[in-house]
Amino acid sequence: MKDFKTVILSNQEISPGYYRMRILAPGFGALAKPGQFIMFRSQMSPLLRRPFGIFRIGFLPPDCEGQPPKEYLEILYKVVGRGTAIMQELHQGDRVEVLGPLGRGFDPGRPEGEKILVGGGIGLVPLYMLAEELMRSGSVRLLMGGRTRDDILAVTEFERLGVQTYVSTDDGSLGEEGFVTQALIRALEKSPDATVYACGPMPMIEAVYQICSSRGAPLQVSLEALMACGVGACLGCVVKGAGHSDETPRYLCTCKEGPVFRAEQLDWSRLGEENGYCEGCKS
Amino acid sequence: MMESLRPKGPSLAVEIAGIKMKNPVMPASGTFGYGEEYAGYLDLETLGAVVTKGLSLRPKAGNPTPRITETTSGMLNAIGLQNVGIDGFIEYKLPFLREINTPVIVNFFGNTLEEYGEVAQRLSDIPEVAGVELNISCPNVKQGGIVFGTDAACAHEVVAHVRKHLRKPLIVKLTPNVTDITVVARAVEEAGADAISCINTITGMAVDVRTRRPRLANRTGGLSGPAIRPIAVRMVHQVVQAVKVPVIGIGGIVEAADALEFLIVGATAVQVGTANFVNPTAMSTIIAGIEKFLVEEDIDDIRELIGSLEL
Repeated sequence: MKDFKTVILSNQEISPGYYRMRILAPGFGALAKPGQFIMFRSQMSPLLRRPFGIFRIGFLPPDCEGQPPKEYLEILYKVVGRGTAIMQELHQGDRVEVLGPLGRGFDPGRPEGEKILVGGGIGLVPLYMLAEELMRSGSVRLLMGGRTRDDILAVTEFERLGVQTYVSTDDGSLGEEGFVTQALIRALEKSPDATVYACGPMPMIEAVYQICSSRGAPLQVSLEALMACGVGACLGCVVKGAGHSDETPRYLCTCKEGPVFRAEQLDWSRLGEENGYCEGCKS
Repeated sequence: MMESLRPKGPSLAVEIAGIKMKNPVMPASGTFGYGEEYAGYLDLETLGAVVTKGLSLRPKAGNPTPRITETTSGMLNAIGLQNVGIDGFIEYKLPFLREINTPVIVNFFGNTLEEYGEVAQRLSDIPEVAGVELNISCPNVKQGGIVFGTDAACAHEVVAHVRKHLRKPLIVKLTPNVTDITVVARAVEEAGADAISCINTITGMAVDVRTRRPRLANRTGGLSGPAIRPIAVRMVHQVVQAVKVPVIGIGGIVEAADALEFLIVGATAVQVGTANFVNPTAMSTIIAGIEKFLVEEDIDDIRELIGSLEL
């Protein structure tokens, strides 16, 4: 984890309402694991930082010969509130503050069996680095869903990694019409020993959980929450863990014990009651 | 020892209720976990003290979510005093704190007078605890939920009760949600407080206009951050004039100049809260900024600055 001041390399709209921001981040690749996030702030920002899942890490050729390549990190975000509305106005060279990488990311899991990634809208963000890692050892399938074609992001980048991709939209404007969960049911019928990794809106996450738990498929989910600090101090981002009750509170910090949880760590009966959403880091 | 290592710089050392601090900067309870959460970002030994998350006799679940929301230049929180309880504190949190060479101040609260006394008793037996900070901004469940700290008589009663059971320096943290904070300040001083810290958060509310629901599950929450600083400076100024015990200023401190305001109106030390969330290294920057200011102003000892307000 680092707390560093850096600059924006680019900030572009990639789909209506969705942006890709590239931030100079030397040495970040050696630190970041798939599923981790950063706390982001610019000089224009409101008070608190905002959490964003790390999409990918890459290198740019150096400005002049003999220098090392420039390492950067990318976040994808959806403009949903005041913080992200300010972010979309930022430009190359603007100064920003990054805290991270933070949190517990994905566990690659057992090596055997197919790996199924389920992404809903901007929830696809933390799955890219996971796909990079999982592709080294076996076959990976991405099931990507959104309301309309505008919510389907970066699928070709997954395809370039060799990931088999499948797209569905609620309105049928891209891929199959319907929910991404239909595809998950079919995929698990074909590969009953698959491991599932999911990130997206809470109704999707809950549906994925129902499907996986009834079929005994191991599931890891990446959650989102409003958070002030990102390091486990403010206790603003808690979710109820398995076995939670008022008498024996078992709260888990999304920032520190998550954002990725194994399904069995969570109290699913109460998860839907939580309605804390951060500003567009996932959905 | 510290002074001899830095013979030329100004002295930032202060003392509160017998607790010797290298400098007047410490975290506000609840914004710094149990210290460990921030150890990777700043050297805890450079702080004046570490103030831990509010502790109760038994573990406390806290409130449902959403628990926080950002407002203009501040944030509202209704965490609900979630904490590990005193046994959990001793078992899981104290071992880390034991290793750092910085005074540890334990913030605590109770739901009843008896609970306050019991926690005070337990904390008295822990040698690593340099002092305690008493949160009296909690409802007394046995007396119709009246907040101890909003009534001078109740505040006096709980502080006197804690004083009886406590063998440590006692800092009492005041709520600003009162008509006249000086009345409560005088009451807790008379009841045996060795120092006063103020202010706690100001009760506020925010509404999501689309859903027409409160932004916090608890409906209301405590406002903190730069938005409250002028109110806090005013209240600290009033309290300093009303009591003889040292005062710790709290409220919206983000940079050195903010901390200096509190010191100049008479606070002996300051606590930094919400700024820790924004910048984990905020307190380091503030301490360096205070030192720079003293050098620029040709002040050898920070105590010359404290209470130097020109009227």
